[in-house]
Amino acid sequence: MSVFKHHAKLETNVFLLAVGILLTVITGGLVEIVPLFTIESTIEKVEGVRPYTPLELAGRNIYVREGCYLCHSQMVRPFKDEVERYGHYSLAAESKYDHPFQWGSKRTGPDLARVGSKYTNDWHTRHLVNPRDVVPESVMPGYPHLMRPLSFNDAAAHLKTLRIVNVPYTDDQIANAKADLAEQVKSDASEAFLARYPGARVGDFDGDPSKLTEMDAVVAYLQILGTMVDFTAVKPESIRR
Amino acid sequence: MAHVEHDVISGQNTTGHEWDGIKELNTPLPKWWVYVFWACVIWSIGYWVAMPTWPTTSDFSRGMLGYSSRAELDKDLVSQKQARSQWLTKLEAASVEDIAKDKTLLNYALAGGKIAFGENCSACHGSGGVGVAGAYPRLADDEWIWGGTLEDIHQTIQYGVRNENGESRQSEMLAFGTGDVLDKTQVDQLADYVLSLSSKTPAAGSPGAAIFEERCTACHGEGGVGTKELGAPALNNNIWLFKGDKESAKQGIVNQVTKPRHGSMPAWAGRLDAATIKMLTVYVHSLGGGK
Repeated sequence: MSVFKHHAKLETNVFLLAVGILLTVITGGLVEIVPLFTIESTIEKVEGVRPYTPLELAGRNIYVREGCYLCHSQMVRPFKDEVERYGHYSLAAESKYDHPFQWGSKRTGPDLARVGSKYTNDWHTRHLVNPRDVVPESVMPGYPHLMRPLSFNDAAAHLKTLRIVNVPYTDDQIANAKADLAEQVKSDASEAFLARYPGARVGDFDGDPSKLTEMDAVVAYLQILGTMVDFTAVKPESIRR
Repeated sequence: MAHVEHDVISGQNTTGHEWDGIKELNTPLPKWWVYVFWACVIWSIGYWVAMPTWPTTSDFSRGMLGYSSRAELDKDLVSQKQARSQWLTKLEAASVEDIAKDKTLLNYALAGGKIAFGENCSACHGSGGVGVAGAYPRLADDEWIWGGTLEDIHQTIQYGVRNENGESRQSEMLAFGTGDVLDKTQVDQLADYVLSLSSKTPAAGSPGAAIFEERCTACHGEGGVGTKELGAPALNNNIWLFKGDKESAKQGIVNQVTKPRHGSMPAWAGRLDAATIKMLTVYVHSLGGGK
């Protein structure tokens, strides 16, 4: 067949082959990726999802740094068994401010998409320092070094960077980033802070109020995971895809 | 360049490639493979029409079958609830006491409670409720901080202890040893006395006893029997909540009087449904001599 003769030409000419591959990849990208920028139904319209506080964001960065995503997913899939174990399935809207998202693809440990508020701060701290102190059968490594002071001079820079990729941080939030980060670990955090980040958990997270540690940040982040959307107020039909 | 030959033995043509006298046959793909391939191509066209596949500018093609994985899940959950409804409706209607009295319902609740406990409670309270020394109370014994009746346990699981929930159990031990209430010697004397409470011979009449009478009995009760309503643990036994593995019981008491620690537990109402919380209640009650 003549068509296959042409194919032989394509396969024996490196330049033509490279052009062919490029065209194929471009077509695939145009069809599969580009529409996501304009499809309005990709991200569900639900209330409550706000950008992370500077402290939660610092915790998230540590989460990424330590490679937590290698063993923990953050994606409750829409299956009966997962919903029964972890809670409501994850929505795209819940990770719309995640750059990069932490959905993950491997569960050596449990899914963490709804771990927020499930355990106490005290438990998270103990567990992160040495998981076997609380769960004897755990195979998770310990992270005792998280008890070191958190360096957060770059708090505002992180918010600014995220704004470039459309996370709606306001000028007010960026200007106060560093102060807000320190404010969240106070049990009497200011009204202004809570107005900027509604529903943020405040107070000491790591059991040591005298120091602002990386543990404070990580626990603050873990405790907010999956808690922003009030699913009792969401109609199931409105988020069906 | 290429010279295609007919190979008599296999009946196939060669590709024309030749290396040191070795020639490559151009055997066509097996017929079955080619048919399956084309069948898949045709199937995929049908799939485009039937299932959600193609993105459009502002939406995506829904497909004629109207399939949605989330709608499927909702259906699954409804049928699961129906399958369980025989028990669920009973659990929802019955009080925890009624569940404990009805043997078949109790068996069902214990089995369900065990599974829910493994996922939600064992992280702190350990598998089977053994607890964590120095941190989280053991549930597999008959000592209860906030009460061990079914009703007490039900309340504790629903609203938790010292959390943001308005209904949660609240109480706070004062830091007697840090301010100017008790000095170091007095704390030491008090610790000696509290320790003696758990022996058969409390050191009545000791200086510590007087301090205990004045400062501690309001919450921990006469003779340190504890007050469940205040979450003030009994001190007249050898069960210590916050004593670490490496410290003595006396050191543990000194630490608690000087810099009190307060346990916290999340509220589970809202995260778990009412039936699950009831199942957990009877399961925890069954672990080790609920009151």
